[in-house]
This record gives sequence, C-alpha cells and structure tokens, in this order.
Amino acid sequence: MNARGLMRALPTMLRVSFAESVAYRAEMFVWVLSTTMPLVNMVLWMAVAKSAPVGHFGQADFVGYFLATFAVRQLTSAWAAWLINWEVKQGTLAMRLLRPISPLWGYASDNVAGFPMRVVVALPVVLLSIALVGAHKAVPQHAWQWGLFLVAVLGGWAITFLANVAIGALSLFLDSSQKMMEVWMVLFFVCSGYMYPVEFLPDGLRTVIDWLPFRYQMGLPVELMTNAHDLPTALGLVARQWAWVLGMGALAVGLWKQGVKCFAAFGG
Amino acid sequence: MVRRYLRLLTVQLKASGLQALQYRADFFTDGFTSLCWVFTALAPLFVVYGRQPEVEGWSFGEALLVVGWFTLLQGILEGAINPSLTGVVEHIRKGTLDFVLLKPADAQFLVSTQRFLPWRAFNVLTGLGLFIYAFMLLGRGPSPLGLLTSLLLLGTSTVLLYSLWILTVSAAFFVVRVDNLTYLFTSIFDFARWPSSVFKGVAKGALTLVFTYVIPLALMTTFPAEAMLGRLPVASLVGAVVGSAVFAWVARRVWIRSIGHYTSASS
Repeated sequence: MNARGLMRALPTMLRVSFAESVAYRAEMFVWVLSTTMPLVNMVLWMAVAKSAPVGHFGQADFVGYFLATFAVRQLTSAWAAWLINWEVKQGTLAMRLLRPISPLWGYASDNVAGFPMRVVVALPVVLLSIALVGAHKAVPQHAWQWGLFLVAVLGGWAITFLANVAIGALSLFLDSSQKMMEVWMVLFFVCSGYMYPVEFLPDGLRTVIDWLPFRYQMGLPVELMTNAHDLPTALGLVARQWAWVLGMGALAVGLWKQGVKCFAAFGG
Repeated sequence: MVRRYLRLLTVQLKASGLQALQYRADFFTDGFTSLCWVFTALAPLFVVYGRQPEVEGWSFGEALLVVGWFTLLQGILEGAINPSLTGVVEHIRKGTLDFVLLKPADAQFLVSTQRFLPWRAFNVLTGLGLFIYAFMLLGRGPSPLGLLTSLLLLGTSTVLLYSLWILTVSAAFFVVRVDNLTYLFTSIFDFARWPSSVFKGVAKGALTLVFTYVIPLALMTTFPAEAMLGRLPVASLVGAVVGSAVFAWVARRVWIRSIGHYTSASS
C-alpha cells in the first residue's frame, strides 16, 4: 500500500481504536492500577533514604523519580507481543492480513489510540508528584527540557512497541514466543531504571546498560522528566535512543516480513 | 463426608497431574522463567544492600528470607490457586458454571480444585533455595521452634492468600470482566516482597495498617520470616492464626452470597 492510501486509512483506524479504548475504559483502569511496581520500589527506597540520602537522592527525589516512572510507564507501554501471540495461535491474524494495509499499522494504532486515556491517568499522578516534592523535582523546567522529554517518551514508546512486534513476530516461527517476552520483561525490569535509578548500578554494569535498549525505554524519559541531565548529555542520550528505535524498527519489520511467510492460519 | 472430599481431591489432583505430565518440557521453561522473575525481586535488594548494610532493622540475609517467603507463596499462588480460580472467571463469563453447580458436591470445593499446574510450583523450590542461601549468609540455622512456627504460618498464609482470591473472584459474579482483576491481585501481592517495616515511613504508617489488617500482606511473608529468625512475638502469631480464620470465614460467606447472583450468562 502506498503512502497516500496509508494517510487516508490511518485517521479512521485511529478513530476506531480510540472508540475501543473508551469502550473498555474500566479494563484499562484496572491495568493502570496494576502498575504497582514503581510504588513497591518507591517505598523501599524511601525507607533506605530515611536516615541519609543515597547518592544525591533524598526521599523527595525518590518520590519524584518513581512517580515519574509510573507516569512514563503509562505513556510508553505496549502489549503487541501478547496480542500477536494470541492472534497467531487462534489464526485470527488471517483477518488482519486480508486488509490492504500491514497489520503492524493496526497494532500501532491500537496502541497510540490509548494515549489520550493514558494521559488522563498519568496527569493526576504528575500533579500529585508536583504537590509532594515541588515542580523542580517532578517536571521539566525549561522549554528545551520539555521538548527533549516528549521526544524521549515517543522514542521510549517506539522501542517498546517495536520490540513487542519483533518478539511477537517470533511466534510466527516458534508457535509461541510468550516465554521470550517474559525474559525480555525481566531484563527490562532489571536494566531499565524501572526498579531503581540506573546510576546506582556499578560502573561496569552501567556501561553495558548504556548500550542496551532497556534504559532508553524507561530510564531516559524519567531522567529527563526529573531534570537529571544537562543539554549536551541529554542530546547524546536521546540520539542513542533514536539509534535504537531505528535498529529495532529494522529488526521488527524484517522479522515480521519473514515470519508472515510461514504463517499457516491454523485454527481460523 | 471428609473421606468423600479427600477422594474427590485425589481425583482432581490426578487429572491435573496427568495433564502436567503431557507437557513435561514446561518444567524447564516455567522453571527458567520463574528463576528470571525471582531475579527481579532480588535485583533491588542487591542494589540497596550494596550501599548500606541495614534497612529498617533488616540485614541482607534477613530480607532474603522475606523474598524467599514471597517466592514460595508465589509458587503456591501460581501452581495451586491461580489456575483454578481463573477457571471460575471463565465459567462465569461463559455460563458453564451451571455444570459445576449441578454436581452433588460443594461448588467452592470443586472450582478451587479443578486445576493445578505443578510445574508452576517451581517457585516453591526457588523459595527453599533462598532460605538456605539466607541462613548461610546469616551464619546460623533457624531454631527448631522457629521452624515449626513458620510451618504453621505457611498454613495461615496459604489460607489468607486463598481467601483473598475467593473474595476477588466473587467480584466476577457482579462485574463479569475480571480476568485482569486477577492480574491486579498479583500486582498488589508484589508489595509483600519487602519486610513490612519499610512501610512504616510512608503516609504516617497508614500503609502498615492497610497491609496488616485490610490486605494482610505483612502476615503472609514478614511474619513467617520473623518466625524463622525466632523473633516473632507470640501475640503476632495468635493474631495471624485468628486473622486467617476470620478471613477464611468472611470469604466463605461472601462466596455463598455472590453465587446467589449467578445468572448463567450465556444462554
């Protein structure tokens, strides 16, 4: 399908997906509530920082960091891998393949259309964070910081989504790639700054993590939101993030194209 | 009566066991993923204790015991409680709970024992491994009395977990779409992975109250760990036993009331 057709189809797809996300808002709300991991770790780190600050993190900094993590998690989450696994198993992927547009656009629009609802949830958390620890620890302070933060959130979402597609596409070769997705999630939890700021890790490990995609999914947007970097550092990190977006994009599309060729549409 | 239910339980266990034997390879894949998830519970502890030797009166080895209990209970939850009760939600949604209700045995018993996933219970082994590692770090063993108490508390924790689950599932009779409510439950259980005293400083101790009395997570993991260390007050032990009995009773009442709201959705 050419670009013009895509531009014509996308608004409608987004409208449909948005209507779906509104229809299932209660379900989404439960999903949001089950994002407890940042809060679980927040209380731990608050207890740790009670007597003396950890590095340059005091209790208030931890509150700011983990509430930012909660908000960023809402904005950057993707679940395409589970959906692809399910549709491959049930054979319903055939329905999507019949449409004159790549299913990947469908998955992306499902995801993107949830954004408005997710912003609605993330916003009160950000406001709460501002009320608790003050604006300078909770949200970007300058226009350039806001700009880079938004770019980083978009990049973080893109990496998450494309990794989901890549792993989901593996299910076309292997019948099911859910276990692989779980392993990816574990690595994400441990390496991304989701459970602790990555700067607490030992130096050697941090160098490795700087080269892995996970930190750019979560840690980078959160750090930019809490004003952890100056302009040159931030620009460098965002550049690395977008390099990962491109790399992951190539991988996802490549795997998908190869995978669809072996799709057998069983069950449908 | 009791003998009849024991026989029923063996039948159900056998059915699940046979099914599990068909998918033997799952033992390794489930085991591997469970080890990975345990690592996510340990990673923050490594980071924290790499910086200071003690948090709220808990050393690394002692905190490991709590993570061990958390892991062990997760194994019980995922191997014995989750699969059955997720099935109930499915039954309610499709209206097939009729077939269970028609059978001449207690419906709660039947739905609670309908499915076990033995391979998912790999976490129980991991939990035991963590206990051994923790006591090696502490340089001593648990006292025999402490061990006995912790075994008793294992019973009460399982009862609590099961009762909370029944309460969650009872919601399915009213709102139907709760397959992600079960996910929510697992997420809240995540709070049980730290010693409960870390909650003291948050919201002026309100969280401690919530996690002791409303959602008794502290009772499930911190109490048994303290028992193993031989420092659980007798009052807490009595509280845990009485509390779990009360929770089980409430869950039973709620289940009976909720089942009255079942309308056989599909037909």
